[in-house]
Amino acid sequence: MTQSFELQVDKRRSLLDPVPELLEISARAPLSKAPGGMPGWIATGREVVRQILGDSERFSNVPPPEPGGRKLDQHEGSLLHIDPPEHSRLRRLVAPMFTVRQMRRLEPMMERIVADHLDVLERAGQPADLMRHFARPVSGLVLAEILGLPRDDLPELSRLSDYRAAGHSARRKPAATAYFRHFEQLVAEQRRHPGEGLVGTLIREHGDGVTDEELAGLCEGIANGSIENTAEAIALGTLALLLHPEQLALLRERPELMDRAVEELLRYVSVVAVVSPRTALVDVAIAGEMIRAGEVVSCSVLAANRCPHDDGLADGLDIAREESANHLALGHGNHFCLGAGLARVQMRIAFTGLLERFPGLRLGAGVEELRFRLLAPQFGVETLPVAW
Amino acid sequence: MTPVTGADGGAANIGIRVDRDRCAGSGVCALFEPRYFDQSEEDGLALPRVREAAPEALPVLRAAASRCPAGAITLVVPDTRESAAGDRAD
Ligand code: SF4
Repeated sequence: MTQSFELQVDKRRSLLDPVPELLEISARAPLSKAPGGMPGWIATGREVVRQILGDSERFSNVPPPEPGGRKLDQHEGSLLHIDPPEHSRLRRLVAPMFTVRQMRRLEPMMERIVADHLDVLERAGQPADLMRHFARPVSGLVLAEILGLPRDDLPELSRLSDYRAAGHSARRKPAATAYFRHFEQLVAEQRRHPGEGLVGTLIREHGDGVTDEELAGLCEGIANGSIENTAEAIALGTLALLLHPEQLALLRERPELMDRAVEELLRYVSVVAVVSPRTALVDVAIAGEMIRAGEVVSCSVLAANRCPHDDGLADGLDIAREESANHLALGHGNHFCLGAGLARVQMRIAFTGLLERFPGLRLGAGVEELRFRLLAPQFGVETLPVAW
Repeated sequence: MTPVTGADGGAANIGIRVDRDRCAGSGVCALFEPRYFDQSEEDGLALPRVREAAPEALPVLRAAASRCPAGAITLVVPDTRESAAGDRAD
C-alpha cells in the first residue's frame, strides 16, 4: 500500500488541463524514468505511446503485482487485463456487437434515450446537474439496452461505482466485488433465460464455448467502460465547450463540424488519462532508452494528447481541426476501446440534442465550485450544474 | 505524393489487405473510410470492400492504414509493401 494519497502526476489536472509537472516531463523526453512515487517508466510522447500500445508482442497488459507482491483482483474475461491469444478470442466474441453497422442500428434507441433526458434535464429546473439528469442516465440506459441489463439495476451499479471512484475509501474493495457479483447474477439469470441483449446473444450463439466467469468479466468491463467513460466524456465535453464560448458558438453555427468536434473533445478531455500499465516481456530499446523485461510503463494518454509535440499540433480546443482524429483518447493497439463507436455516436447525439434544446446553455455555477474525480480510473466531474 | 506506376509505366492499382490475426475489430477503418472498408457481421473484423483501389485513393488509404489501431492494414503499392505506420517496432 502506498502511504500517502498523493496523486500521481499523470492523473492530476488543472481544471481540464495537464499539470505543469507533466508538461515538464513531456518536454524533457518522450519516455523517462517515472518520477518519485511511481514505478518504472512514464511515456508521454505521442509516437512512443502509440508504439508501446501497438506492441502486444513485447508488452503485456496483465497487471503487475501491487507493492508487497499482492496480485490485483482480476477476473477472467476482463478484456483489459489479458493478452493474446485469450484476449483475441474473447474480443472477437463481442466485437460483432460493436461494429459501425451495429451502432447505426442502435442510433434510434440512443436518440430516444437522449430526447427523454433532455426533457428530464429541462424539468429539473435551473441550475440542473447535467451529470445526474443527463449524462449518467443516458450512458447507463444505453448500456442496459445493449447488455440486456434490467434498467432497475442501474442505480445500484452507479452507487457501487461511486464508491470505487473514491480511491482510498475502505468501501472501495467491497464495492468492486459487489459490482462483479452483480454481473455474475446477470449471467446466471441469462443462462436460464437468454434474452435479446449481448449476454443472451453470446449464450445462445456460443453456449458452453464461453464460461460464466468470462461472461461476467466481459460484462463488467463493458459496463465499466461504457457507463462511466461515456458519461464523463459527455459531461466533460460539454464543460470544455462551455469554457470555450467561441468554439461553442462555432459549433452552433456549423453543425456539420460535429464529427470533428467529437474527436477534438475526446482528445481535449482525455477521460482515461493513463491506460492500464504495460509490462515489458523482453528488453525493449525504444526512444533512446532501454526498458528491461519486467519493468512497467505507464502510458500517459493525457500527455500524448495534450502536451506540445514536435508535430506542431497546438493544444488549444479547436473543433474544426482535422488532425485531432489522430488522438489516443480511445487507446491504440489490440486493446483499442471496444466501445469507441458507441461512445462517438452517443457523444454526437448528446451534444446535438443539448445544443438544439438549450440555445442559451451555460455553466450554472462558478468554475471554482466544480469538483473533479481524480482517483477513479476515469477522470470526471462530480456534478455539472448548467443553466440555459 | 509519390506517383504510383506499374511495370508498364501506367498507373497501377493499390492492393488492400487486412491481417485478420491482428485486426481488433475496432471499426475505425469502416467508420472513416466506409468506401473501402466494412466489418464482418460474424466476428466484427474488417473486410476490405475491394481488393484493389485506383492510385488516387492512396492518400486516404494511407491515412486509414496509419489510423488502424492494430496495424492490421497493409497496402500493396507496386514495388513497395506498406503497412500501418510504426506499430511494429520489429
Ligand atoms: S481499423 Fe484496423 S483493427 Fe480496426 S477494424 Fe479496421 S483493420 Fe481492424
